[in-house]
Amino acid sequence: MSSPHNLSAPTPITSLGRQKRPSKADTTDRAFRYLMYAASGVSIVILVLMVATITEHSLPALKQFGLGFLTGREWNVPDLKFGALPLIYGTIGSSAIALIFAIPIGLSVAIVTSEDLLPKWLRSGVAFTIELIAAIPSVIFGLWGFYTFVPLLRPVQDFLHAKFGYIPLFSTEPSGFGLLTAGMLLAIMILPTLAAVSREVLLVVPGYLRTGSMALGATRWETIFRVVLPKAFSGIIGGVMLALGRALGETMAVTMVIGNATTIGASLFEPAYSIPAILANQFGEAQDDLHLGALTCLVLILFVLTLAVNIGAIGLVRLVERGAK
Amino acid sequence: MKQVADKLITPISPIRNFFDRGMTILAFGLTLLGIFPLISVLWNIVSKGLPGLTGKMFTQAIIDDGFANAIVGTLIMVAIGAVLSIPIGVATGIYLAEYQPTGKINRTIRFLTTILTGVPSIVVGIFTYDVIVLVTKKLFDFSYSAVAGGISLAIIMLPIIALTTEEVLKLVPITFRLASSGLGGSNFQTIWRIILPTALPAISTGILLALARATGETAPLLFTALFAQDWAENILSPTGSLPVLIFNLYNDPDPVKNQLVWTASLFLLGIVLAINLPARLILGKGR
Repeated sequence: MSSPHNLSAPTPITSLGRQKRPSKADTTDRAFRYLMYAASGVSIVILVLMVATITEHSLPALKQFGLGFLTGREWNVPDLKFGALPLIYGTIGSSAIALIFAIPIGLSVAIVTSEDLLPKWLRSGVAFTIELIAAIPSVIFGLWGFYTFVPLLRPVQDFLHAKFGYIPLFSTEPSGFGLLTAGMLLAIMILPTLAAVSREVLLVVPGYLRTGSMALGATRWETIFRVVLPKAFSGIIGGVMLALGRALGETMAVTMVIGNATTIGASLFEPAYSIPAILANQFGEAQDDLHLGALTCLVLILFVLTLAVNIGAIGLVRLVERGAK
Repeated sequence: MKQVADKLITPISPIRNFFDRGMTILAFGLTLLGIFPLISVLWNIVSKGLPGLTGKMFTQAIIDDGFANAIVGTLIMVAIGAVLSIPIGVATGIYLAEYQPTGKINRTIRFLTTILTGVPSIVVGIFTYDVIVLVTKKLFDFSYSAVAGGISLAIIMLPIIALTTEEVLKLVPITFRLASSGLGGSNFQTIWRIILPTALPAISTGILLALARATGETAPLLFTALFAQDWAENILSPTGSLPVLIFNLYNDPDPVKNQLVWTASLFLLGIVLAINLPARLILGKGR
């Protein structure tokens, strides 16, 4: 509240300059203010309109399917049987795998670029390089995934299947495409978000906590694990949720590597389908009203899912910012 | 005496030492692992895209084995998006930073704008299809168009521009505002003549980053601009773009089209990085 950059320009004292100022300036001032106010309302109008349109379009289908839509295991376009479970499974499953891979790597990047393990120029260099990943368009990651990443993972998956095929997770013959590949590609794509937010949070952990811990005899990593990370915990979780929101809604790259099959299997190698992917593939071609309705219901599910995750993330990040002041 | 000294400088136990070293190595290893995909993507796109690069690609449409129409389509749609989103976005940023930034209305607007940045791009695409494409189909005789594509890109860019503008305006020192106010400047005069000119370079950088992001977006264009193999007749007809070209043709069995995809990717990546590298360096230095 009290930090200086949060103050707006103080309003001039009424009894002094105000009467002498020509009224034209006053009207411009007011008009400008209303203009800015109106402009900032546009985003809100868009958001409200978005909620209204999506609900309106999906409501008839939602009524028709009922709650069974959420638990239906079959998505069959020719027979007009629609259940959302395989898609919810594919969306959440691939995002969960993404987090499993991205959290340790993202935290490592954040720690390496915020602790004094490296000279300062190298630290910001590494942080900058990781940040660049965020600039690469999703469809290019998809292309790379399709032609380079999948062939790269294939031998590893074959090995896992041959050696540990008795474990259900590795039980199907890998084709390279599937839930695991999609999750790993997502991990790469959400890495910059996770690393950047965690880094910011680690950088605001006060220095005296570190020096205090080290003065008591803790080594560097004991300090990181027992003092720095616990202090930064809620902020890091905020970053993780922000990254999760990205992963849930990611479309192009996932569509190109997930295998696009509406099945639910125990195996990580089995092809799956995520909500954004099925929307990208089927929304344009949906002929039947029921099919279109089912797809719109999926939009609603995806929207609600990302909304919940993002609200949680913003709340946590706010909490940390307030604590830091 | 020596005994006391020995006691004082007892080295930490080997286990703790090993743990410490091990974690350092692990953290560096994982960081390198995180950088690897970036290098692989860049190398992959350059090595496959560059050899097939021909001048013809920049003059012919996709049906004639070029991607000139996709470049023009992308430029037009990003331009439409920019024209719509920049004024509104910057104005939102000004409102958020300059008019009672801690007030209740202001906090609500900031919160909802942040929420809008988190809406998946495919949802933005379908929303634009619902409110623009379906409506223009009913009222006028066009449906998929560059205009619809541009509008959906504008929805992607708007909150990004608004929030970066706000961040940047907050960095303008309070003394500037006090001085302007002290000289009798109204809010409008202070913002228009003092704050905006000061923050302009940083605001432009933020806008450039938003433009780069929009250039690479595929999902919002799938159901709004659709795609065209040939030159679009006008901005009210389906229009091809670089990202959608890559998505539609990446699995094409024709080797010529396949080469087109790689070279288009190289070109798209080139544009995006050419904007991002300097812009991020400048913004990073400002912090």
